[in-house]
Amino acid sequence: MSEATKTGHGNRPQRQPKRPKLPRTAMPCQPAERRATNFEEVTTGYDDEMAVIEASRCLLCKKPKCVDGCPVGIDIPAFVRLIEVGDPAGAIVKLKETTSFPAVCGRVCPQEEQCEALCVLGNKQEPVAIGRLERYASDWETAHGASVRPRTAPKQGKSVGVVGSGPAGLTCAGELAKMGYDVTIYEALHKPGGVLVYGIPEFRLPQAIVARECEYVESLGVQIKTDYVIGRTLTVDQMLADCHDAIFLANGAGLPSFMDIPGENLNGVYSANEFLTRSNLMKAYRFPEYDTPIAVGRRVAVIGGGNVAMDSARTALRLGAEVHLIYRRTRDEMPARSEEIDHALEEGIVFDLLSNPTQIIGDADGWVNAIEVIDMELGEPDASGRRRPVPLEGSERRIPVDVVIVSVGTNANPLLTRNTTGLDLTNRGNIIADEHTLATSKEGVFAGGDIVTGAATVILAMGAGKTGARSIDRFLQGRPLLTDQEEEAIAAAP
Amino acid sequence: MYKILGRVDYSADVFMQVIEAPAVAAACQPGQFIILMIHQEGERIPLTIADYDRESGTITIVVQAVGTSTRHLQTLGKGDSISNFIGPLGMPSEIENVGTVVCAGGGVGMAPIYPIARALKEAGNKVIAIMAARNESLLFWEDKMREVSDELIVTTDNGSRGRKSLVTEPLKELCETGDVNLVYAIGPGVMMKFCARTTEPYGIKTFVSLNSIMVDGTGMCGGCRVSVGGETRFVCVDGPEFDGHQVDFDLLMSRQRQYRSQEKESLDTYLSKAAVTKVALANSAASNAAACSAAAVAAHV
Ligand SMILES: Cc1cc2nc3c(=O)[nH]c(=O)nc-3n(C[C@H](O)[C@H](O)[C@H](O)COP(=O)(O)OP(=O)(O)OC[C@H]3O[C@@H](n4cnc5c(N)ncnc54)[C@H](O)[C@@H]3O)c2cc1C
Ligand code: SF4
Ligand code: FES
Repeated sequence: MSEATKTGHGNRPQRQPKRPKLPRTAMPCQPAERRATNFEEVTTGYDDEMAVIEASRCLLCKKPKCVDGCPVGIDIPAFVRLIEVGDPAGAIVKLKETTSFPAVCGRVCPQEEQCEALCVLGNKQEPVAIGRLERYASDWETAHGASVRPRTAPKQGKSVGVVGSGPAGLTCAGELAKMGYDVTIYEALHKPGGVLVYGIPEFRLPQAIVARECEYVESLGVQIKTDYVIGRTLTVDQMLADCHDAIFLANGAGLPSFMDIPGENLNGVYSANEFLTRSNLMKAYRFPEYDTPIAVGRRVAVIGGGNVAMDSARTALRLGAEVHLIYRRTRDEMPARSEEIDHALEEGIVFDLLSNPTQIIGDADGWVNAIEVIDMELGEPDASGRRRPVPLEGSERRIPVDVVIVSVGTNANPLLTRNTTGLDLTNRGNIIADEHTLATSKEGVFAGGDIVTGAATVILAMGAGKTGARSIDRFLQGRPLLTDQEEEAIAAAP
Repeated sequence: MYKILGRVDYSADVFMQVIEAPAVAAACQPGQFIILMIHQEGERIPLTIADYDRESGTITIVVQAVGTSTRHLQTLGKGDSISNFIGPLGMPSEIENVGTVVCAGGGVGMAPIYPIARALKEAGNKVIAIMAARNESLLFWEDKMREVSDELIVTTDNGSRGRKSLVTEPLKELCETGDVNLVYAIGPGVMMKFCARTTEPYGIKTFVSLNSIMVDGTGMCGGCRVSVGGETRFVCVDGPEFDGHQVDFDLLMSRQRQYRSQEKESLDTYLSKAAVTKVALANSAASNAAACSAAAVAAHV
């Protein structure tokens, strides 16, 4: 390990903002007109020089605000400093102290709402490009194969079953394996990775990266059993009775919502989950080389304003369609990462804002041929603080389209929970787990990720995986799930 | 990988396979289905479970070769493997003693109706089975069905075996007797639609098993959705069995045709690539319905 790696939080040199103000280093991308026709990654990543320059913008704050914004508390100035001094290997070690999959987080975290939102540089100029630097360090590791194999503890002789191989399940399994437990992940689909393989497209997160993270977890001794639908192939009760001492449920929020408007079952109407699963997991974008078909459409309407809607719209565009994104509020209220919104606009997605679908119209053969929308205006703020859209009576109009992709959110999938005894659920079907320990109402069963929180983010799911692993370890050692200090800290928190 | 332990061809297009899948065999119940993938570039295709053996850890499927995947599967037999086999999926049939039950199987639907009929019989019901096919060469499992039913009616469209009629004729006559308490109808969409229409005036509860297009089979994509009693339901998690009097069959059949042009393109690509299928098709043409007796199946496996 280099000198700089050892530089901890305490003795880090703090820099005064006296040097010439450098602008934020732009991210190199494929030109919009080219990337709109391929599935290769949109952004190509910083080179060494760009990374060092960007890292040098960081003030190395003594009380770094950015860290408060990071859901898992990465020591941001420390890893940024290591990049600045030309030690990406040290940076990756620093990152992996807190996050399991920096190559994924660097690409998909909503940094502009988290670490970068709080970076002090952001007050006067643009914040440090923390996400891009995280990605740089992880890409460096991939290219140089310098992955540090963490030491694993001696075998504990106890076994844990993890349901789901998304970020929450993978993280929890990896952590427990490092502690010396025998861990088996059960995954319903034929490929591990969760939303990272079936949802997020290649052009944003190459599948090779996810495959590498899964292989890494396997290299720690975790067994991944695909084709196992828990609740059907095996139940949680059977797992506890026959093969495992504790269980972590990380089965995600995979049940698509529809809008309940006329015409939603017409041919050519997809949930975003189906459209993206066909394209990403089943590789329908390479049909007929791959066997799964997809309706490409000449004109596609995507309904929604989140990451999932952006991913669907940009996938449809790459398959050759003209794409309309229909959203009932304005761009400012869109929950998607701002980079994705910019990229979508650059690529030529048409935004139909302040519009809400009222019905989908079909032809004689049962295929979509138009969508009817009504104009909206923003009224008073609602509970979420966003201004509530209200329809403008009589403003209905039709947009001719042959494919509609509905991306208005997901709910908890009841398949597993329905077939498990003694598990308390919220009235929306999410598993109730203790905020601090992730313990459920069922002895020995812990839960985290989207199945508990509802659709959230990759980094929160990873954080839950870590917390779950810590609690399961304590549970299996017969210790209290929270230490006295933790209890006190929780009690003291406002 | 999942090993294929044997294949028996029932006609040029219909074949049976026994596949080693102990976890699925240990858990499955009548009425459930599986999803398989032949290889990693393949599609996920749902197939209803036709039989299972918990001891030997095997699942039996009966398949009609129509598109790329099923044509490809038809070329595989003993010694071959497929990459994925997921299940059991869907809700099991509700098996109760209700009195007299008619089990009508049409086409390849004759296979999945078999374990349901067997379970109904074991539960103490009087089981009347109707097996319906276009012609004699498309019939299979007559012996197996006879073993689990109190009465067996065979119909063919052209009268080459059994009664020359559609499945709905004997079904209607049975309804007329007033002794039927429950009907199961499994087969192509039109067959189930008309079975449900036949029983409706008599107010006899009729279950059908819907075969919509699927991807994951776990409720994640919504591609399998149908309309039942005016409500959208997911066949893979809420079904596959529904009250036939509530199902919108026209929507089901329309959605089944969704990828027709792509399916043709895919099959053309596959056939031009795979000279092997010629051999397979020649082989299967040589098979006959007699080969499907229980003994022949056992010998083959
Ligand atoms: C298209 C899309 C784009 C997104 N973009 C972003 C983004 O840019 N940034 C961001 O931070 N977040 C993004 N998200 C959200 C993020 O991906 C999720 O919050 C995160 O993946 C949740 O992780 P998880 O481990 O809880 O669940 P998941 O990733 O959903 O994994 C759950 C796994 O469990 C499996 N499973 C389910 N039921 C069973 C069962 N019964 N038995 C066995 N296995 C089962 C599933 O097949 C799945 O593999 C996006 C989501 C989608 C859909
Ligand atoms: S807040 Fe900004 S400037 Fe300060 S340490 Fe974090 S990234 Fe660097
Ligand atoms: S097949 Fe995807 S939800 Fe039923």
